[in-house]
Amino acid sequence: MNSIYQYFRAIWYGFSSLWKGMMLTGHYLVHPKKILTEQYPENRDTLYIPDRFQGEVVLPHDENNEHLCTGCTICEMNCPNGSIKIITQQVVTPEGKKKKELDKWVYHLGLCTFCGQCIDACPQDAIKMSNAFEHSVYDRKVLTKVLNQPGSKLKSAKK
Amino acid sequence: MQLSISLLEITRAIDSWLNSIFHPHVAFGIELVLAGVAVILLVVAMAVLMVYAERKLAGFMQMRLGPMRVGKYGSMQAIADVMKLLLKECLVPTNSDKMMFKLAPFVVTVVSFMTIVPIAFARGIQLWDINIGVFYITAVSSLSVIGILMAGWSSNNKYSLLGAMRSGAQIVSYELSGGLALIVVVMMSGTLSISGIVQAQADGWWVIKGHIPVIIAFVTFIITSTAELNRAPFDLAEAESELTAGYHTEYSGMQFAMFFLSEYTNMFVLSMVAATVFLGGWMPFHIAGLEGFNHFMDYIPGIVWFFGKTFFILFLIVWFRWTFPRLRIDQLLKLEWKYLLPVSIINVLFAAFIALMGWYL
Repeated sequence: MNSIYQYFRAIWYGFSSLWKGMMLTGHYLVHPKKILTEQYPENRDTLYIPDRFQGEVVLPHDENNEHLCTGCTICEMNCPNGSIKIITQQVVTPEGKKKKELDKWVYHLGLCTFCGQCIDACPQDAIKMSNAFEHSVYDRKVLTKVLNQPGSKLKSAKK
Repeated sequence: MQLSISLLEITRAIDSWLNSIFHPHVAFGIELVLAGVAVILLVVAMAVLMVYAERKLAGFMQMRLGPMRVGKYGSMQAIADVMKLLLKECLVPTNSDKMMFKLAPFVVTVVSFMTIVPIAFARGIQLWDINIGVFYITAVSSLSVIGILMAGWSSNNKYSLLGAMRSGAQIVSYELSGGLALIVVVMMSGTLSISGIVQAQADGWWVIKGHIPVIIAFVTFIITSTAELNRAPFDLAEAESELTAGYHTEYSGMQFAMFFLSEYTNMFVLSMVAATVFLGGWMPFHIAGLEGFNHFMDYIPGIVWFFGKTFFILFLIVWFRWTFPRLRIDQLLKLEWKYLLPVSIINVLFAAFIALMGWYL
């Protein structure tokens, strides 16, 4: 007797759960305002990209063309697929001391997986992720970028 | 009360006009060609419409927009797809059985076109009023499994063969309860002819006046026809995640398009059968006693009623596809042999009793 009860209960449960699913998709069908996809190139002007979207690595400069990167290469060591290359140079300060300084912050956008480990690792918080996402180019060489602007300097520590 | 010009009068006019010009045999030949062209045009137009409608409905059901790029709201998308498939090369694998490989799409397509023959579209609009119409449709539509097995075997590919075998097992088992579901209505109307079944529903559709047995038969028929179509949730034969594309893995270009066309033709035909047998074909909706309402319903032409019902069933099948998850092979066979078949057999018993006592309205 119990097995007969279980048999019909299984049929009832099957139909009721399928009906629930059909009600959900039917609800989406008659509520087109809930659609999540967007018509991308047409809505570029009104496009909203969240600030925390990890698009590309940038090295922010302030108005005096100064950045925070000391050239410690920790980000280069933390990068899992070698998309960062920090080139440093030896400079002689006016006091006569020899000092290592950032020469070129080379960023291979084509190799980057946007994991953000370089940003987490940076002791100076010199680099951050921007939410730019339109990266397609016709020439692969353009994807290799030098992030520090020409003539930029390390921001001197606060006194 | 009928409309002044009905489709039957148009066909009669064409018939008498042809007979007045040509010898009767020549006129008959011309009529056969015209009917064939009409069926092909109908099926191709419906396939294009159904592909677009399905992609759009699927999009909305999954909170997407569906095709939007080709034409206004993507309305030219299906035509663009057909153009692409027409221009593509039909590749034949090197170690395949070439003759069978090339023949299989034609077998499947011809079979799906053959099933349209006894269907009544409106009053008197029927290619062949054969007296075993329902039996003919079930018998011929089961032939498509031969084409599918040919395609799977000749491709010389284990995915194709597995897909074809699954499809064969599925169609063979689900035909049983599909046939039993049709037998319920055949018993109640006392005829196998499609036009006879439609005439028997002049005072009410079977799904309304046939009580519980016909409702159970209707649900069973919808489930089994979805399974015979190899459509989701029963699309194990072409399960993308397991078998690439099943029996049509190796097909490309127009050969693939023929499998695709035959899938949509079968879907269209089975919806038309369900609409004819359970929902009254081209008969309008009548409520006994309400004369004014019945007269108003009579003004709507039969072809509108018929296609309205067909589109309702098509919408149900599309709705199933984009809601339900795919069954596992053991679940599929369990559903048939443990649930659908015993329920159908007991249902046939009840229906026989009701038909014998004449208890339907």
